[in-house]
Parts: sequence; structure tokens; C-alpha cells
Amino acid sequence: MTDLAQSQVRVEHGGGTRRDFLILSAGALGAVGAAISVWPFIDSMNPARDTLALSTTEVDLTPIQVGQRLTVAWRGKPVFIDRRTPDEIKAAQDVDVSSLRDPQKDSDRVKKPEWLVVVGVCTHLGCIPLGQKPGDDRGSFGGWFCPCHGSVYDTSARIRQGPAPTNLPVPPYDFTADTAIKIG
Amino acid sequence: MAVSQPGVPAGSSSTPASLPGSGHGRLVRWIDHRLPVISFLEHELTAYPTPVNLNYWWNFGSLAGIILVIMIVTGVVLAMHYTPHASLAFDSVERIMRDVNYGWLLRYVHMNGASMFFLIVYIHMFRGLYYGSYKYPRELLWILGVVILLLMMATAFLGYVLPWGQMSYWAATVITNMFSAVPLVGDSIVTLLWGGFTVGNPTLNRFYSLHYVLPFVIVAVVGLHLVALHQHGSNNPLGIERRGPQDSIPFHPYYTIKDMFGLSVFLIVFAVFVFYLPNFLGHPDNYIPANPMVTPPHIVPEWYFLPFYAILRSVPDKLLGVVLMFGAVLILFLVPWLDTSPVRSARFRPVYRWVSWLLPADAIVLGWVGANPPSGAFVVIGQIATFYYFFHFLILMPLLGKIERPRPLPISIGAAVLAAGPPVPAAAPMERR
Repeated sequence: MTDLAQSQVRVEHGGGTRRDFLILSAGALGAVGAAISVWPFIDSMNPARDTLALSTTEVDLTPIQVGQRLTVAWRGKPVFIDRRTPDEIKAAQDVDVSSLRDPQKDSDRVKKPEWLVVVGVCTHLGCIPLGQKPGDDRGSFGGWFCPCHGSVYDTSARIRQGPAPTNLPVPPYDFTADTAIKIG
Repeated sequence: MAVSQPGVPAGSSSTPASLPGSGHGRLVRWIDHRLPVISFLEHELTAYPTPVNLNYWWNFGSLAGIILVIMIVTGVVLAMHYTPHASLAFDSVERIMRDVNYGWLLRYVHMNGASMFFLIVYIHMFRGLYYGSYKYPRELLWILGVVILLLMMATAFLGYVLPWGQMSYWAATVITNMFSAVPLVGDSIVTLLWGGFTVGNPTLNRFYSLHYVLPFVIVAVVGLHLVALHQHGSNNPLGIERRGPQDSIPFHPYYTIKDMFGLSVFLIVFAVFVFYLPNFLGHPDNYIPANPMVTPPHIVPEWYFLPFYAILRSVPDKLLGVVLMFGAVLILFLVPWLDTSPVRSARFRPVYRWVSWLLPADAIVLGWVGANPPSGAFVVIGQIATFYYFFHFLILMPLLGKIERPRPLPISIGAAVLAAGPPVPAAAPMERR
């Protein structure tokens, strides 16, 4: 028994004993197990299935006039729908894209030039920019203006001034008819 | 006492060596021999040797402890009436205000208590900065204090969200969105914090849960703060260690009575706010129910966060703004090593004595900027004040310790106190401070 133990105690390389190996491997396994068991607690805080299920919104666009803006809720967030005027479309298309902080062509941000659909949440810290109501301050680029920290968006909802790092994102949506979209 | 313990052998309930005083009955001694809470309290509260020369700046530690208890007691009772659901929370708070017996009082005490807690703790921290209380051997004492401050900030923010008014909702949105500045995983972190795609009912639920538990974590860290304090005892206005029994007096009754007096004065101030100005420190928009589709035109945090909010807004870059804002608090952890002066008390540091006041002045300027819209001169002033804030800690503190020539320190606390006190006729004629 003693001979057997001694013959197995030495590991081939280095001076580590069998006990060192067992302590290390058991400790590592325990640490990994503890780390894995944390995951259910963290993941339980992610959106639940019923929250995820409420993820599409259908909108009928017929009542929106040219130049009018509409706010709809999608996943609890406001989505701005803007039926842009020809001037606004032209202003959005004529911008030198390379001069933008988050360079994107207007044509990459719309499915039909007349309809701009963006998530109306400022990409800085999540406030709702002004510009949806007729009397609102739209900022110096005719798009949207965030009152919280002063970000200014153009008529393609691209960031032009202020602290926001990126353009207002375009949500996934499809035209289900000529004048109806499904967001999400 | 008629408490007889037949099974206890004679002598086993004799006074343990650690139990001072002889006026205790057998019951007390019986308990203390098994569970030494009484001797512990006598040792740490009654007999606890304290510097003879503590001034009123030293009142704010015990005041902070008392307001923490007030917050927990009012909070536990408020929780019995509050409903943490997005569609019911606002109304349940209004019900507390209108229908629950003394609900208005409990809520106003809790609401204004948060402001008072920060006021007290900020003064307590300034005391530490002025008198160098964070220096050897009290570095961990200071660090534990900063941990308490961070926990308080988290708790206060979480609690502010619970009434689910417009300011609650948008404070939650703006603060949680700060984590979206984290590269790569930012958006996933924010979704995890929200439990949805926006601040919503799951967010409110978890904020309530955390708002309830964090104060007890604070209590635990306060316990550690006190253990660290009692290891080496309080610092004092002279910033020199006690050299003998003549430099100390027992905590009770000298400082219990002084703390009681300070508490009375504080309670008058507190009562003025609770009874006459209950909403003075709040924002009227928080009496509008939360509306996820409309951001109020001018959102501001509570006053105690305004300086940090101003730092956030003074930087036109999202990530850098968030980093600087958190950095403004985290830099406090480094203060024991940023201050290179071997002298603790600013009394003996002719330059730092004045420079130390620039920090609260700068914080007030930052707070004023934070309360105003980020445009025009406010942007520039905010940037200058933000620069000074970091300049103060990172440049002035290390530099002053090297170049400043401190005045000579007194030989002992006792000698300095006797020299300064007019009612002691025997004191040698010395130059007055």
C-alpha cells in the first residue's frame, strides 16, 4: 500500500504531488460549477417569454398626410413614422455621407423614400426626441431634437450634433400593403 | 436577583475580565459570560476612549447612522403599502399620501430623509478630507466609507424610481442607458437590467427588490466601517495620534451627549423640510404618472446627484462622459494615496487649508450647472468645473503634499487643548492660534 502510494504520488513533470493535482482540479471544477450556477440567476433577469412575445406591431399608414409624423409603440418603445415632404427627402439625400458621425445613406434607411420609420429613442441615454408634434423644436436640421442632452437629428434621423453616438435605428419592418407596415 | 441556576457550578457566572464596572446583577453577568454583548457594548460604546478635542464636524458619523435607521424603519413600513407594479405603483404612492394613516408623514420623512442622508454624508466626507482622516492607519476605514457612498447612491436611485412618476421613469431610462456605453456588450447589459426592451414592469419589480435589500448591505458595511474605526479610534482636529490617557475621554457620557445635541439641531432642520417644505428638494414632474412615450422637456436628477450629472454632460462623448462620471466617485478610493502629505489635519497645512474648500465650492458650481439646461455658458462652466474636480484630486493633492511646508505639530492633544483653552489659568503663556 505504501509502495503503491509512493509510486503514484510523484507526477512526471515538476514537483507537484498527487494531492496538489487533486486540490487544483477539484477547486477548478468547483469554481466552474459555481460560475455556471450563477447563470440562471442572471438570465432570469433577461426579457421573459411573454415580454418577447409582444414584439410585432402593425400600423395602417392611410391616415398620415404628407409632412405628418406619427408615433406608435413597438416593444414599449416609440417608433417615429414620418411621411416626409419632397424637400425633406431631398435634404436627406443631398447630405455628404462622409461628413456624418454615423455615415449612412438615406436610401439605406428607408424602404420607400416617402416613409421614414425609426425607433424614437435617442441613442445617447434613451430620451424621446422632440419633433413629432407640430409645435416641437426640431433642431437645426429639421429632423428631431433631444431635450435631455441636446442631440440633433436630421430628416433621415441621422445624428448631426450633440452627444449621441449613432443615428436613430431603423427597426425591422415590412410593407404588408401599399399603406400598411408590420414592425418587428 | 432571584435568578438561580442550579446546574451552574459556583464561580462560573463570575464577572468576566472583559466586563467593566461592578454594578451588574447576576442575570447580566450570566448572559455576558455566555454571550458577551454587554461587555462588548460597554467596551465599544461606553468606555470607548475618544480624543478629548473632537469638534462638531465629528457629529456627522453618528448622525448618518441615525438617519440610516430612520430610512430603514420608514421604508419597511412604506413597503407594507406600496405596490411594485407599473400600472399600480403611482396610485399606491398617492394612496399612501391620502388614505394610509400617517402615510404622508412616513413618505415625506423617507423622501427628505434621503436628501438629509446625502447632506450628512457629504459633510462627513468633507470632514475626512479636511482633517486627513483617511491617512495611515485609516485607509480601509475611508475605503469602506466610499463603498457605503456607492451603495447609498444605488439605493437612492432605485428608490427614486419606485413612485413611477415621469422623473422616476426617465431617471431609470437615462441611468440604465449609461451602461449601453460599454463597448460590445452594452446593449445586452441594458436589456438585462430592464428585463425587456424598455424600462417597464420587470424593471420596476427588480428595482423594488434591490431597493429593499441594499440598505441591509449598507448596514453590514457600516458595521465593518465601525470595526475599522474602533481599531485605531477616531482621528481628531489636530490629526495627531493620542499619546496617553490624558488625550482621551470615554465616549459616554461626553460624546453621547454631544451627539444628542447635534441630533436635536439636525432634527429641527429635518422637521422644517418634512413639515414645511416637503417637496422643495423634489421635482414636480414626478407627480405626473410615468409615460414611456414622452420625455419631460427638462430632466434633472435629485440635487445630490447634480454634480455628477454635470460631469456626465460636460463631455460631448457618450462613453467618456459615463467614464468620467463614475470616475468622479471612484477616484475617492485613491485619496489615501493621492494625498502625499504626512500631516493629516489641514490646520497645519497652510495651503491645503484653503485649497480643501475649493472642492466643495467646485461641487456646488457643478451642481448649479447640472440643474440647468446644457447650453450656452453652462457648458463651458461645466467643463471648467469638471476639469478642476479631477485636477484637485489628481494634481493638487499629490503636488501640495510635496511642496507645502506644514506648520509644526503640537506635542500632544492634551498639550494643545490646554494651551488653547482660556479657562485653564495654569496654562503657560503661548501664542494663541
